[in-house]
Amino acid sequence: MIDLSLLADGGVGWLDASGPSSHLVLSTRIRLARNLAGRVFQGRNSETEREDILSVVERAARESMLLRQATKFRLDRLDRTDRQLLHERHLVSKELAGLDADGRVRSGASVLVQDRIGVMLNEEDHLRIQGLHSGFALEATYAEVDRLDSELGQRLAFAFHPEFGYLTSCPTNVGTGLRASVLIHLPGLVLTKEISKVLQGLAQVGLTFRGLYGEGSEVVGNFFQLSNQTTLGSSEHELLDHLGKMVRQVMDYEEQARQVLLRDAPAIIEDKVWRAYGLLRYARALSFEEAMNLLSGVRLGVGVSLIPDVAMYTLNKLLVYTQPAHLAVAEGVAPTEGDLPIRRARFVRKVLESEVGRRG
Amino acid sequence: MSCDQCREREAVIHLTQIVNEQVTTLHLCERCAAEKGVESPSGVVKTPLGSFLAAMGKNLPETVSAPPSGDTCARCGGSLQDFRESGRLGCPECYRSFEVPLRDLLRRLHGSTHHVGERYAERGAEPGADPGADPGAPANEPRVETADLREQLRLAVETENFELAAELRDRLRVME
Repeated sequence: MIDLSLLADGGVGWLDASGPSSHLVLSTRIRLARNLAGRVFQGRNSETEREDILSVVERAARESMLLRQATKFRLDRLDRTDRQLLHERHLVSKELAGLDADGRVRSGASVLVQDRIGVMLNEEDHLRIQGLHSGFALEATYAEVDRLDSELGQRLAFAFHPEFGYLTSCPTNVGTGLRASVLIHLPGLVLTKEISKVLQGLAQVGLTFRGLYGEGSEVVGNFFQLSNQTTLGSSEHELLDHLGKMVRQVMDYEEQARQVLLRDAPAIIEDKVWRAYGLLRYARALSFEEAMNLLSGVRLGVGVSLIPDVAMYTLNKLLVYTQPAHLAVAEGVAPTEGDLPIRRARFVRKVLESEVGRRG
Repeated sequence: MSCDQCREREAVIHLTQIVNEQVTTLHLCERCAAEKGVESPSGVVKTPLGSFLAAMGKNLPETVSAPPSGDTCARCGGSLQDFRESGRLGCPECYRSFEVPLRDLLRRLHGSTHHVGERYAERGAEPGADPGADPGAPANEPRVETADLREQLRLAVETENFELAAELRDRLRVME
């Protein structure tokens, strides 16, 4: 089993709900896709070439300020639970962790992590520079990612075209190579059935949404990842400004929807959030989806001050720690299909029992 | 009104530009506008990559000077057929090898073909990497440089992207 205590905050500093607008936004993630010049892209390279990329980039990273003391995880040398653990902590993509349908890990697949930033290696592109912050923090996250990009760019030759910009394996990422995602909780818009209108509106202004775990993941627990769709033709700051403006607007809509719910159906909302709390507190078996939906209900209750004594941090932690690999690690034994819901319910009860009342 | 460029098709896009304090209006058909990198709002289609890739195959024979889909990239040996199947290119050089169809794809995907963000400046080549293989033209100083802007301007004029050219010239004037 890997030792995640090697990482500051176990790599989940973004869960601490300390960032701006944490009651609505869990985290802000930005990644930059980069490739080394003069080398074929990941899909066409060999095991030897991927090893070489890993060593060249790691050397550059060790010379940088921001990744000098990075922890390295070689996904290709970890067992499935460990890979899944890193994925559940949002440190690596599903593809890099080999959790896709074919379930194979590519040789050389690795990640370097230090505090809130890192770089995935031998993903779809040679490098995926990434930063993950708590709350709604596009500028702060970009500032760090940009700094790391400059530091690595001084030591490595990136593939760059004067007209097309940074060259990527898939043309959907070319140009800036930048994808910024804001993970936002929108139960008000879902309950008032306004959400599809909002999502359609976002599509019209060039934004896209995904589920809790990025590309290909489904929306659970009313969590949406909003991100830019295009990467070429606008500068990094233009892309971030645009996304930021739209996210702020969505946050306003969500606040309005919550006010409407509290005004028009206060008794129903109060019952709903306390019922969610009661189930989480006392249920003896919880499926992943049920847990996510109940956590969403409690989060709404905390957000509108109906439930006083639960910290957002506790809810964020439950979101990640109730997933399969985390439950396996928590009890030291891999759960079987049948006892996973039982373990999940036991874990949730334990956390709520010990943490509720401590406000944060 | 017929298109100012081809004088054949109906002009549907009317582009007003201010160059040297002179206001000029260009009347263009959709095709000529697309060639100049001018996009009509409806032209930016938000469809998943897959359908573009499928459509690329159909459009290829019509595309002027596009390499036949059997052609391969000299650097990595990848073909357009491979790209259509996987959605991923083989190497940075593919962007040169398949420039014409890719430019069209980029315009459809992003509504633009011109990177306007941070410009990468090489400040030390990676040992073992072939510097000649980098299709980029890195400058010696980081970020935006006048020499770099001039190169972009030349390129913009060459590709008749007047809008971009005007913007670049203005930026150069400010810097000088």
